Amino acid sequence: MIQIKDLHKSYKMGKNSLHVLKGINFTVEEGELVAIMGSSGSGKSTLLNILGMLDELDEGSYTLDGVPIKNLNETKAAQYRNKFLGFVFQSFNLINYKSAAENVALPLYYQKVPRKERQEKALKYLAQVGLTEWANHLPSELSGGQKQRVAIARAMAAEPKVLLADEPTGALDSTTSYEVMDLIQKINDQGNTILIVTHEPDIAAMCKRIVHLKDGIILEDKKIEQVRAAKYVQ
Amino acid sequence: MFSRDNWREIFQTIQKNKLRTFLSGFTVALGILIFVVLFGFGNGLINTFQSFFEDDAQNIITFFPGQTTMPYKGYKSGRQIEFDNSDLADIEKDFPMFLEYVTPRIGRTYLVKYKNEFNNYSTRGVAPSHQFAEKTIIMKGRYLDELDTSKKTKNAVIGRLVERDLFGQEDAIGNYIDVGGSVFKVVGVYQDDGGDDEERRIYVPYTTIQLIEKNTDKVNQIIVAFRPELGYAGAMAFEKSLSTFFKEKKFIKPEDQNGIFVRNVAEGLKRTQQLARVLQLIVSFVAFGTIIAGIIGISNIMVFVVKERTKELGIRKALGATPKSVIGTILLESIFITTISGILGMLIGIAILSSLDKTLEDFFITNPYIDMPVAIFATLVLIIFGAVAGYIPAKRAARIKPIVALRDE
Repeated sequence: MIQIKDLHKSYKMGKNSLHVLKGINFTVEEGELVAIMGSSGSGKSTLLNILGMLDELDEGSYTLDGVPIKNLNETKAAQYRNKFLGFVFQSFNLINYKSAAENVALPLYYQKVPRKERQEKALKYLAQVGLTEWANHLPSELSGGQKQRVAIARAMAAEPKVLLADEPTGALDSTTSYEVMDLIQKINDQGNTILIVTHEPDIAAMCKRIVHLKDGIILEDKKIEQVRAAKYVQ
Repeated sequence: MFSRDNWREIFQTIQKNKLRTFLSGFTVALGILIFVVLFGFGNGLINTFQSFFEDDAQNIITFFPGQTTMPYKGYKSGRQIEFDNSDLADIEKDFPMFLEYVTPRIGRTYLVKYKNEFNNYSTRGVAPSHQFAEKTIIMKGRYLDELDTSKKTKNAVIGRLVERDLFGQEDAIGNYIDVGGSVFKVVGVYQDDGGDDEERRIYVPYTTIQLIEKNTDKVNQIIVAFRPELGYAGAMAFEKSLSTFFKEKKFIKPEDQNGIFVRNVAEGLKRTQQLARVLQLIVSFVAFGTIIAGIIGISNIMVFVVKERTKELGIRKALGATPKSVIGTILLESIFITTISGILGMLIGIAILSSLDKTLEDFFITNPYIDMPVAIFATLVLIIFGAVAGYIPAKRAARIKPIVALRDE
């Protein structure tokens, strides 16, 4: 699903250039649930941003579902993002004046899905995250966990090839975190490919594979026995 | 770009962001409103200046006799010049090319009586064409005619207020009034836009006054109307040759400025028109400034709007919004708001102008109005520049990397 070869990325900070990613080689198969771990400054978020086409790579190659991702103009990148990727952010990033259902339907709007179908799909995905009754509520009326579930429903609504989650539980308490992870595991069980950036070991343990980043290179890449979040959830 | 879905999206954004909508809408509406009202006031001022001259015909040159101040051809200085009937005939004979009509005016004040009512009224001996020079409007009956002049009839045309003063509710037509000891029959009642004074006058045939005053042939003033097609230059030339004619005929030294006096409406008219043009220029300048201020206002608000929405736009971009759709959303929203509020401001402005219609006459503003094309043009200018002002920050916003926009708090 994802192939990355010899990926380099550096940021210009005034006169100095900060070499963040120093040659990453990395492959993700379909249906994997991968945790990218590392301390802050290890380059994990940068890697995720490049994977998410939110940022550009300097050197190396990136292939997503057989499509080489390079030299994309903004329009093309937007179309690919819409078609291939779903995002879940630490700070949820819901549009505050749109109801939960409208937030979920937004990527479908950019896919030019007809309105009726959009609403049906949005409700379907809200049901999957257990928020049917909250469909017409604004984000400000939802709890943090509920917001993140809306964000996950929104990411799933576009039926992406890969779901990218940047610290999805970073702003949540541990109970809510496990609820969210339970949801992510269930989505993964349906065969969706998911990448999670996290620095919390217990969250990483709930994935099927952990990639450790340190100082811009992969320190360790191992498959693990998944801890099911369901047992922490009442 | 204009699908129903897009509009729904825009309406939602507008509805859910009332303050923002109100701010940008208010700026535009206020800009247009002030523009329309200012422009209307300017037009009202110009109207007032023009109305000063509309009371009388605008193609007349009036000659007043004076006293010579220079000796000439055996006549000593200090001689009183007088006009008489032969001057009228000579003008008609010598200047048919330039002349529309000529009328004398003999000004007197007589005690006028009807039954028990009496008062002093300015009474003018005139020829029938005087009606056009003074723009006298006949309310009932008729004005003096050629027959009155040639037969020296004792017919009088009285002002509306003279009728009201002397006759009260009674109809004056056909009744006889005592004018300075002679009995005149009222044949007409007139009104005049020149105000109350002009409606407290009595017009009688000049020949009749001459007959009463020991059959003299003297007249006080001579009013000459030139053909309007002469234009300003032609009128000035005509005035010059008439002056020459009078000076020659009355033996006034050509350099003597006091033998006769001339009042040429064309001159004043031209000056008024120049003044009106300057006024129009000032008003246009101020109005233009208002529009510029409006454009700057809407630009500021657009920059603020885009800044405020940076994060939202980042989210939208992460979800697959193309730069085109980002720009489109912002632009359509701003054009929609500016159009609606622009038209609203324009309509309110026009409504204010028409409601003020008469109330500002004390401030020299008569019938303030704005031409629809001007108002619509100004509105369009503001809408277009509002769009341009929105486009620049929108384009910048569309170019921001979503990752940067998402970080914006």
